Amino acid sequence: MITLPHYLTVSAALFTLGLLGVLTRRNAVNVLMGIELILNSANLNLVAFSRFGPGNLQGQLFAIFVVVIAAAEVAVALAIVLTMYRLRRTPNLDEADFLRG
Amino acid sequence: MSAEAAVFYVFAVITVGAAAVVVLARSLIYSAFALLFTFFGVAGLYVLLGADFLAATQLLIYVGGILVLLLFGVMLTHKLYDLNLKTEVTQFLPAAIICGGLFVLLAWPIEVSLFLPRIGRVRILGTLWQTSWATGTGRAPAATTEEIGRLFMGSYLLPFEAASVLLLVALMGAAMIVRRRKDA
Repeated sequence: MITLPHYLTVSAALFTLGLLGVLTRRNAVNVLMGIELILNSANLNLVAFSRFGPGNLQGQLFAIFVVVIAAAEVAVALAIVLTMYRLRRTPNLDEADFLRG
Repeated sequence: MSAEAAVFYVFAVITVGAAAVVVLARSLIYSAFALLFTFFGVAGLYVLLGADFLAATQLLIYVGGILVLLLFGVMLTHKLYDLNLKTEVTQFLPAAIICGGLFVLLAWPIEVSLFLPRIGRVRILGTLWQTSWATGTGRAPAATTEEIGRLFMGSYLLPFEAASVLLLVALMGAAMIVRRRKDA
């Protein structure tokens, strides 16, 4: 019998793996992939709570909004990464210290 | 084991295993392709949860849009002759300890009883397995697409319009940021 904690466990695994990617990778595109994993885990939580909780569709609606915001976020973030690459010839986040005085 | 459980475990293993490859692979291209399998696995879990419209949305937007954008990002931020596309890893050990500890604290699924020397017996089980969740009807909704459309055009009209404006703003902002300036 698959219950709510099973889905929440998968979601927690996705979240911690995404957090690991965000914390350890130097490449900006790879950090974005970690953020996508985190957003997917949040979506999975929303849909699972919506299915096992009240049984209505509000969790799924929230998940659709999260997908929309993820699309907007990745477009803007990639624009910033491309501009950074054009200025500094590096995709690595720890070398992006233009604002240091 | 019922058929539902078997399908759930297959999708869960695909999702988590591919996510591990995304995080641990040395090559950016391997990471991007593993991300494809993660998105497919999550879409399968959505189908199991009765969210058919959301599963289709996941495939269309994540696989068709976001993953392609990320691959463009990989290609445009490396020199074309630089084919190995490696990425370095920093501070791996502390981050792995923090993330592993967080997962054990949150969601460790199997109860383990340890005997530590000075502390005594310690029971390890994730908090979400100890919580008694309030359950509702516990029934998956039937076809969701029509009802989602009604909600978007009814009670959720304002967030829907705000999301469309947000997409427009993000589109224009991304185009403005990457534009080459004449004077620069």
